[in-house]
Amino acid sequence: MVYPLPRQHCADGTAVLLCNIVSVETKCVISQCLCIVHVKMADEAVCVGPAPTNKSYLNMDAIMDAIRATGAQAVHPGYGFLSENKEFAKRLAAEDVTFIGPDTHAIQAMGDKIESKLIAKAAQVNTIPGFDGVVKTAEEAVKIAQDIGYPVMIKASAGGGGKGMRISWNDEETREGFRFSSQEAASSFGDDRLLIEKYIDNPRHIEIQVLADKHGNALWLNERECSIQRRNQKVVEEAPSTFLDPTTRRAMGEQAVQLAKAVQYSSAGTVEFLVDSNRNFYFLEMNTRLQVEHPITECITGLDLVEQMIRVAKGYQLKHKQEDIPINGWAIESRVYAEDPYKSFGLPSIGRLSQYQEPINLSKVRVDSGIQEGSDISIYYDPMISKLVTYGATRAEALARMEDALDNYVIRGVTHNIPLLREIITHPRFISGDISTNFLPEVYPDGFKGHQLEADKRRELLASAAALYITTQLRSQKVLGSLRVPSSPIECNHWELCVELGEGHHSMEVTKSGNVYTVEVDGGKVEVSGQWNLASPLLPLTINGTDRMLQCLSRDASGRIVLQYLGTSLRVLSKLAAELNSYMPEKVPEDTSSILRSPMPGTVVAVSVKPGDTVAEGQEICVIEAMKMQNSLTAVRQAKVKNVHCKPGETVGEGDLLVELE
Amino acid sequence: IPVLTSFRSLAPVKHGAVAAAVPQTNLRRDCRWYSVSHLSVKERIDKKRTAALVGGGQKRIDAQHKRGKLTARERVELLLDPESFVESDMFVEHRCSDFGMEQDSNKFPGDSVVTGRGRINGRLVYVFSQVQLHNSMVSPDFTVFGGSLSGAHAQKICKIMDQAMTVGAPVIGLNDSGGARIQEGVESLAGYADIFLRNVLASGVVPQISLIMGPCAGGAVYSPALTDFTFMVKDTSYLFITGPDVVKSVTNEDVTQEELGGAKTHTTVSGVAHHAFENDVEALLNMREFFNFLPLSNQDPAPIRESHDPSDRLVPSLDTIVPFETTKAYDMLDIIQTIVDERDFFEIMPNYAKNIVVGFARMNGRTVGIVGNQPKVASGCLDINSSVKGARFVRFCDAFNIPIITFVDVPGFLPGTAQEYGGIIRHGAKLLYAFAEATVPKITVITRKAYGGAYDVMSSKHLRGDVNYAWPSAEVAVMGAKGAVQIIFRGKENQAEAEAEYVEKFANPFPAAVRGFVDDIIEPSTTRKKICRDLEVLASKKQVNPWKKHANIPL
Repeated sequence: MVYPLPRQHCADGTAVLLCNIVSVETKCVISQCLCIVHVKMADEAVCVGPAPTNKSYLNMDAIMDAIRATGAQAVHPGYGFLSENKEFAKRLAAEDVTFIGPDTHAIQAMGDKIESKLIAKAAQVNTIPGFDGVVKTAEEAVKIAQDIGYPVMIKASAGGGGKGMRISWNDEETREGFRFSSQEAASSFGDDRLLIEKYIDNPRHIEIQVLADKHGNALWLNERECSIQRRNQKVVEEAPSTFLDPTTRRAMGEQAVQLAKAVQYSSAGTVEFLVDSNRNFYFLEMNTRLQVEHPITECITGLDLVEQMIRVAKGYQLKHKQEDIPINGWAIESRVYAEDPYKSFGLPSIGRLSQYQEPINLSKVRVDSGIQEGSDISIYYDPMISKLVTYGATRAEALARMEDALDNYVIRGVTHNIPLLREIITHPRFISGDISTNFLPEVYPDGFKGHQLEADKRRELLASAAALYITTQLRSQKVLGSLRVPSSPIECNHWELCVELGEGHHSMEVTKSGNVYTVEVDGGKVEVSGQWNLASPLLPLTINGTDRMLQCLSRDASGRIVLQYLGTSLRVLSKLAAELNSYMPEKVPEDTSSILRSPMPGTVVAVSVKPGDTVAEGQEICVIEAMKMQNSLTAVRQAKVKNVHCKPGETVGEGDLLVELE
Repeated sequence: IPVLTSFRSLAPVKHGAVAAAVPQTNLRRDCRWYSVSHLSVKERIDKKRTAALVGGGQKRIDAQHKRGKLTARERVELLLDPESFVESDMFVEHRCSDFGMEQDSNKFPGDSVVTGRGRINGRLVYVFSQVQLHNSMVSPDFTVFGGSLSGAHAQKICKIMDQAMTVGAPVIGLNDSGGARIQEGVESLAGYADIFLRNVLASGVVPQISLIMGPCAGGAVYSPALTDFTFMVKDTSYLFITGPDVVKSVTNEDVTQEELGGAKTHTTVSGVAHHAFENDVEALLNMREFFNFLPLSNQDPAPIRESHDPSDRLVPSLDTIVPFETTKAYDMLDIIQTIVDERDFFEIMPNYAKNIVVGFARMNGRTVGIVGNQPKVASGCLDINSSVKGARFVRFCDAFNIPIITFVDVPGFLPGTAQEYGGIIRHGAKLLYAFAEATVPKITVITRKAYGGAYDVMSSKHLRGDVNYAWPSAEVAVMGAKGAVQIIFRGKENQAEAEAEYVEKFANPFPAAVRGFVDDIIEPSTTRKKICRDLEVLASKKQVNPWKKHANIPL
């Protein structure tokens, strides 16, 4: 079986393993941007080209060659890339290779959002009011949008995963959205057709997993709640949903099955619905492939979806009946992305994973990833590092495990979104289930700023940093092998320190006995103890009797310590150093209003200005594409363009100077 | 009152206590009372000590702080362990009798430098900290010699340097001086020379570190230049032979102090300074960290700090770090950081000649010097600047018993007229010389390319490398396949075929391994474990070069 890696950073390792278990020989195709883990897991690996996807994973010729070379009998397409490409399915059929997925006509019918909507309507599935056709020009888009009534959603006909998707509230945004969406659609899917539909404000995104065989049987495997999204891409998913009652669940499930049967669907598929606050649900689209978030369905139903897909492809009948499908416990999935959560809930970050340790030592935690320590996160692929799934008998248990798992997840070398994930899953609104697809912008209207510390948590954090600082200082005095004995042995178990945390300065007194530090800070007393292994990235501490997992991200000679515990950067100084430090001048940061720097690494797609042009505030200056997302960079004020330092097609790094304004 | 200081080092006294004891309005009067004979000796001692400790008074201290700088005594206090400073020569005064300098009002206990010894993390160190006065803050009486180097000032520095050499302990100089004291004329020059001589005699005996924390101009720059490491503070320190005014009058160049001799210039362009820090506090705290790596003298072994990082830790990510394409770059710092203890690497000259990486780290707790070609910059080739940078570092390690670990990925020396005219032959020879003469434990890991003469230079087996490893990706050859084939098969057809043959034959570790030029071909993931074991064995290495008065390195 050939198993093309779905995404560089988040291939489904489990699927590969499974094929081993049912003694199917696995082969995987890889791009030159090596994906070591999969190569190790697979029995055989074939390189299909260089890192850019259109030369490798989207290069059908190369993949067909790989199939011939390995003599594979079947192909599991993973997700993304060619997984919903009917051309690919056709070519496989022509060579008598089994495509592990639905038949070509189902891919075609459901892959086209316009056609799928018509079919859904015919199958008596609730649909969203909208325009059932291809939109040709920006002006036509504006006209249609006006007919439907704002807000509207512009999206790629061939798309999925939020790519080529824009929400528009007025004519101007419609024009801009049309242009971006068609460009993104063209680069991501090679198909720039767009459609427009009514945008349902504040909805939940709930999807039904279906499984059908080639004998006309179809099941619904319950729902997945995927409402926590940023830029229309899912971040946290759970199964089941806190919002559905059994009646709605059954109604949605039955409609999903109706749709699957209407297109003679076989294999695993997902029917996505938008659900409004009155539990009205509307068909959104059907994904004719395995979803990224399928593990949570596997957790609560006990079914192995990839195994089922292989069975169905082989022509077997489904083993289960609808009444066999349970909801056992609760499962949560967090998508761990290599991105900076402090910039619009996540702008891609690249780099080398200098340290990487998954929390798989914890029970009921599953991590699907395709990377390991030393891997590069490149601009060529989706920035996903892994899917972190936790399971529990109850939602609370699954959430508690997720918190633990996130605290134990070691990622160094790239910026990642674990601080944001941790905030989401511990947020009272999330815990109570009061969520919608607007959760992030509603909860963090000014963007995610990191955890806001309560007084007791702040004390714990300050105390931990102080204890760590003293540990490193004491260790510096332990010099072995010296020929000399210090004249007066230094014995100190009482320190006065000052810790800077954000804008605040906190003085504290620390005493030590054995491994236990007692810290008096901000009118409270905190006891911190631990093993104090300074080489380990994980720092398991007992703070006031409670076990906490902290991580030391960095520490330097100047007392700067970055702890990941509710994610915070601190600086610990001795009382003297703190006092003297107050005399040190603030260095003036660079004036950024007249320069435009790339906010992330990527490729320059378009430069809209040239030297001498005058730009208005908010006017687009250039467009950067990174990890298949197009980002428009705009002027922060009206100014004349002084210099342009980039040109289309160029690769730029984070912080590179793009354009200077006067 | 020339001593611009705070008064904190009066050990048992808490900050602020002395200030309260000496009303500020009486400061000048207090100072003039030194020679008033009706005071008892005890009282006179106390007066002088207080005068030395309070320095210029709160106004001057504030002025110094306003400039973003600490006073000489604050610097010493922050650098050393609490209450460990033992001051010497607090009562020294200048002896100049010209230009009215002999007046008591122009004499100050301590004479513009604080000297003594103390401890950093319990380990002995000698320190001097110069006192810079700013003209604007000094009354007319004192303008003339504020902070400048007098004979007495030099004598104080020489005294602690002599003591440091006698007992074997490093010297850290905190430089912030206005240059020679013009009133003293040749005596001041003699003072400089006395210091220079001691810098030279102490060189290779005890580590000498200069931290430039203010202007340092004219002859004064040669003392830091003679020491082992020169560190600077950004925005407040300058080093130059002549200032911008003289430059303008001689060469008609317009240049600012910062461009001419600021921290950025010296850490990126000239290579005079080894590192720059944001401000005084950061610089001093980093000095403490840096000091931890150094042995106290050439008679002491490299220090071993308690380590929490297992010596047998495997590093799987190294198995994939070297790209398949020989032309593709990777970051040598990634290799270094994953191999050393706790990813803790103190890089020396990180922004100068970046095609070679040098710095200190620990392996199983023991200080080691790391040298590595940096494929990310200019393919890691050797040029004039990188050769000199590497050579000086290697010689420091060798002088102070610090084992050297070399990571090799070098395509050769950089060709071109600029390099040849600049004397790459002479300068490249320095690195070769330094590796060859070094008798400390030398461990070499060839990660990829080791081509041509540069292979020989980079701590090869032939230069008495103790343990030389090759990774499977290593290619030890005279040159790359393409160039070699063009020479061997000049004008012949089938260049591609010949190239493939060459790659098969030479672009791998075997030609070197079969000759014993590398001791083993190792899995990259085991590199840390192997080096830690080797270092244990080599701890007792004894190797002596032939007797000589001194060697003659091609300068």
